[in-house]
Amino acid sequence: MTDTKLEKTSKINTPEGNSGTLKNLINSPIKADEFDPHFKHEISKIHGGEKLKQCFQCGTCTSDCPIARFSDSYRPRHLIRMVLLGLKKRVLTSDTLWLCAACFTCTDRCPQNVEVASVIRILRNAAIKQMLIPPIFKELGLNILKGGIAYRIPELRLKKREQIGLPPLPKCNLDALKKLGDATGFSKTLLGAD
Amino acid sequence: MTAPKEESKSKFLLFLGCAIPYRVSSYEISTRKVLDKLGIELVEMPEYNCCGLPIDPVNHDMMISLAARNLCLAEQQGLDIIALCPGCAGTLRKVNRKLKEDKHLREKINSYLGLEFKGTIEAKHLLQLLAEDIGYQKIKDSIKKPLNALSASDHSGCHVTRPGKYIGFDNPENPEVLKHLIEATGANYVDYVDRLECCGAPIAGVNDNIPLELSREKLVHVKDAGADVLITVCPFCHMMFDTNQPRIERRFNENLKIPVLHYPQLLGLAMGFSSKELALEGLRVSPNHLISQMGAKTGVSEK
Repeated sequence: MTDTKLEKTSKINTPEGNSGTLKNLINSPIKADEFDPHFKHEISKIHGGEKLKQCFQCGTCTSDCPIARFSDSYRPRHLIRMVLLGLKKRVLTSDTLWLCAACFTCTDRCPQNVEVASVIRILRNAAIKQMLIPPIFKELGLNILKGGIAYRIPELRLKKREQIGLPPLPKCNLDALKKLGDATGFSKTLLGAD
Repeated sequence: MTAPKEESKSKFLLFLGCAIPYRVSSYEISTRKVLDKLGIELVEMPEYNCCGLPIDPVNHDMMISLAARNLCLAEQQGLDIIALCPGCAGTLRKVNRKLKEDKHLREKINSYLGLEFKGTIEAKHLLQLLAEDIGYQKIKDSIKKPLNALSASDHSGCHVTRPGKYIGFDNPENPEVLKHLIEATGANYVDYVDRLECCGAPIAGVNDNIPLELSREKLVHVKDAGADVLITVCPFCHMMFDTNQPRIERRFNENLKIPVLHYPQLLGLAMGFSSKELALEGLRVSPNHLISQMGAKTGVSEK
């Protein structure tokens, strides 16, 4: 088990009701009504998911994954297999989904050209849109909307830049970012529908 | 509006990103010093925003839009972008390539931006600037105090080369640029086990343990290989190996004490800059013993 913390992004019901915490479904037996035959087709239509269906489950991704070496539960091959089987709810609520470090070793080494890390990114986008977000991503996202970059740099540090002779940081155009946040649905995802 | 590109060959837009101004200013300070010495003029981005990478897990279109906006701003200046963070460099590079190739995506993103992406500039990481635009010979010629007494290992960082088919720089399975750049300073390059492994930083926000275990393992391997110092070119890798090193020592009961320098700090020492000019005091693991050791043999002094 991982200790990934997740919180709900929207009012859409999670599989566990309104508790806000989810049981990790990954190790429980699969039920017949869990399969969604359209899921793999949906994922493979999105940028980065095109080669998904070429996966033949060789396991190169997992065996070369630096995270999998230190995690009892994170296995990229499992995630891909769940997508291919159509276990949509199971994969989107899996807390291991958030352990990919996006180092792209799996993507570079997949003999079937599956962009494994990109598939995981697609799954994360879908999970966040529908159900769950690790608080860190919410924080980084809100920082970007409020200040243009992912971290909030304290005033003192900005002053120190000038003291040590570094040029002031360029200003961000927050109006432009707000427009992008609205156009892409990013702001709605972070702030909720209301 | 757009300056002709040929006139500004050694002029680049500096993309600082988030992590460097937030807490890794030693990387910025030392980079500015050595690039100035190498005849590179850095122009500040007129306005910039996050490259997009941190929120790629939230919304891919937003990531592309944020990167595209930076690229459009650079196009207006007619200058290529240099990013010090491999995450920024990789993201800008990937999106630049995708937008050039995919008309449908380009039109969609242009409509979001209210700007027109033209595809007239390049985005690259510091390493690429050093290796390709400046070149190893010019770097070797700039060395005043070769670091012959020093043994150094490298951690190139995943996003400098991966995913290979989108980044198209160096060899992801055997990156050599940083190795050659280290050798250019006169230092002895030391290989080690699992050199290509990730530092784990990208998941530090969701998992407290795995990144520390990964970084610990790498630091142990570096030490076992006999290196005096580990060289990085990424603010996040640097935070894992340097800032977190005391934490790693406490948690795993290790005695590591391996100084981790940004490559421009290493190059700067060989160019003859002082510790202070290169912000070596900004490092968590002190390299002072190395400086005095080198000073005894090569005349590099700590002012």
